[in-house]
Amino acid sequence: MDSLTASSTTTDSITFDLAQTSLREINHYLHHNLARGEKKIHILNPDGAHNIAVGLNAPVDVEILGHAGYYAASMNQLANVAIAGNVGTGVAENMMSGRVHVKGFASVSAGASAHGGLLIIDGDASLRCGISLKGADIVVGGSVGSFAAFMAQAGRIVVCGNAGEALGDSLYEAVIYVRGEIKSLGADAQIESMSEADYATVAELLAKAGFSYNPQDFKRVASAKQLYHWNADAVAGG
Amino acid sequence: MAGGTRIAPSAPKAPEVSLSALFSLSPLSSDFFFYHYCTGAQLCAPPLLTPHCYMTQSISREESWGYDRRILNYIQHAAAHGLYEIRGLGAKRRLPHFDDLVFLGASMSRYPLEGYREKCTTKTILGTRYATKPIQLEIPITIAGMSFGSLSANVKEALGRAATAVGTSTTTGDGGMTPEERLSSKTLIYQCLPSRYGFNPDDVRKADAIEIVVGQGAKPGGGGMLLGQKINPRVAQMRTLPEGVDQRSACRHPDWTGPDDLTIKIQQLRELTDWEKPIFVKVGAARTFNDVKLAVHAGADVVVVDGMQGGTAATQTVFIEHVGIPTLAAVRQAVDALEDMNMKGEVQLIVSGGIRTGADVAKAIAMGADAVSIGQAILMALGCNSETYVQNGTHYSAIEDYAAIGTAPGYCHHCHTGKCPVGVTTQDEILEKRLEPEVGARRVKNYLQTLNMELTTIARACGKQNVHHLEREDLVALTIEAAAMARLPLAGTDWIPGVQPM
Repeated sequence: MDSLTASSTTTDSITFDLAQTSLREINHYLHHNLARGEKKIHILNPDGAHNIAVGLNAPVDVEILGHAGYYAASMNQLANVAIAGNVGTGVAENMMSGRVHVKGFASVSAGASAHGGLLIIDGDASLRCGISLKGADIVVGGSVGSFAAFMAQAGRIVVCGNAGEALGDSLYEAVIYVRGEIKSLGADAQIESMSEADYATVAELLAKAGFSYNPQDFKRVASAKQLYHWNADAVAGG
Repeated sequence: MAGGTRIAPSAPKAPEVSLSALFSLSPLSSDFFFYHYCTGAQLCAPPLLTPHCYMTQSISREESWGYDRRILNYIQHAAAHGLYEIRGLGAKRRLPHFDDLVFLGASMSRYPLEGYREKCTTKTILGTRYATKPIQLEIPITIAGMSFGSLSANVKEALGRAATAVGTSTTTGDGGMTPEERLSSKTLIYQCLPSRYGFNPDDVRKADAIEIVVGQGAKPGGGGMLLGQKINPRVAQMRTLPEGVDQRSACRHPDWTGPDDLTIKIQQLRELTDWEKPIFVKVGAARTFNDVKLAVHAGADVVVVDGMQGGTAATQTVFIEHVGIPTLAAVRQAVDALEDMNMKGEVQLIVSGGIRTGADVAKAIAMGADAVSIGQAILMALGCNSETYVQNGTHYSAIEDYAAIGTAPGYCHHCHTGKCPVGVTTQDEILEKRLEPEVGARRVKNYLQTLNMELTTIARACGKQNVHHLEREDLVALTIEAAAMARLPLAGTDWIPGVQPM
């Protein structure tokens, strides 16, 4: 993409300004031109644009300097994306690997159906954080809204603040750790005792996310597995 | 599961439910009559005449319309188990369908084409609105999304081979893309479903188009249920769930909740694939006019409308029989929506749900579809509900295996059990061998080829050298219901119910 407008380039970094360069051009560059060897990409003036850095598939550092809209860094593979602002719906949706760090707050469905990698949200996450999670790890520095981890199948979620209503509704094998209060548990979710392995897991994820909370303060929420097999008791009313 | 035996010469009998079985009483016992209301008409003839009853045998065996054997069976099943029925395939009851329409072949006012000499093209292009790489098909008949998990890997491979052989596309399904399927399919549509089982960007990039599934004709508004007996290690691994667990597919996407969100979702998938691949949006037929308009507004290249006769691997019977609208009605609404937005031709329309014959294909196209998609009938072409299966060129009877799951060929809807006697809807390592990929591929290829020949035969008879030139003017309806739903004149009249004469 020869006509690409980059604000500045150095030997190991390139800066794009979304006020001057289209999202399509930037995403195209990120998909096809990273072989040139840039290790760091800066994106200025995101101004809430949707679909920034969708589908990255290289071990590159991308920093979005401002608020991003829907699906920021979604379907990420290998890349390390930092967002210095808030994000809209579906940040890191269906991420496969790598790391996405939101330094502000996240809207609904953060990390939805993510298979792998680590999503860090410094602030709060809204409704349905980690919905249909398939194996990724999510660490939320603040609180999560209602129906967090709804139908989450695999992976781990650490919530340093509080959890809203119906936490872990219809969980499969995913596990949630909550430091604060839980407004209510969803269908088939239950609070379980923490094992040494759980403390170690929480400590590891907090360290990766850069938080210094005490793992001993966390509760474990997992599936009671009553919905694993369809039967009259499990589906009453449903 | 009993092993297969050499084919039996006699045809199987359908399972019957008798009144005596329903009431667990002998119809000739005095107890039986005690439960029946006597008219006192004194019409009974010996030997039925008893002190308790004066009814004739025919009246005493008269079935209630409101409580026929089917509804009695349903009530007693519900009473016994406290659970609704989950089953596979589509609606069993008769619904207004393409059978209720006929073509007006050419005679004097139209000039037909010679069937065996004059060409009739069937080439079909899908995804011309935004995608830089639209799909080009040789025939306007595609294979619908059906999951690996619901279907065996052999079947998925067979579908890919067959589609490639006839120059059309096949589609993944809930469960993700298998390497065999990608390898065998020249043109493969990758579904993005609410469950997102096995969904990943690598496979999206390998696909030729992406179909965002909002709903399915057999269950608009509902999710799926793949029962644990079909979850073998490979299926479990692809779906990120433990083996043997009942898998509930979500009824809505986890990361968007409406048409405004869908707009951005479509952009996301376009960005991921550099705007190369067509984006289909599939809706279950219900409020079709509005849903199609919203899908187009959201940016779909192709809209897929799946009518009530569409099939499913497993869902509640109450959904299959009572939710959604017939395909016939949905096509007209979908075309109305496209025409209302002046997008007919720019956004392509695929119609599915109960397409079985070349006549169905031709009628859907004449009503305004650009292509059709077939699922359930493809399974039947593979051998679903057949008495036999073929292994190494030898036919074996599957009748005992049908009986073992409580059914018979021609009546089976037990896709959800994973015990498909002919190896189509199963993950059982013995049963799945009953459908050899090359045999299945040949049968599906033959079937699709036949449909296409029937389609072109009809098109020529209507004077068309391109099947896409079939038009509504070529059709009339045989019933008032079909005329009203399809907004076509009743045969032999100018009357279209609900439309004011010009």
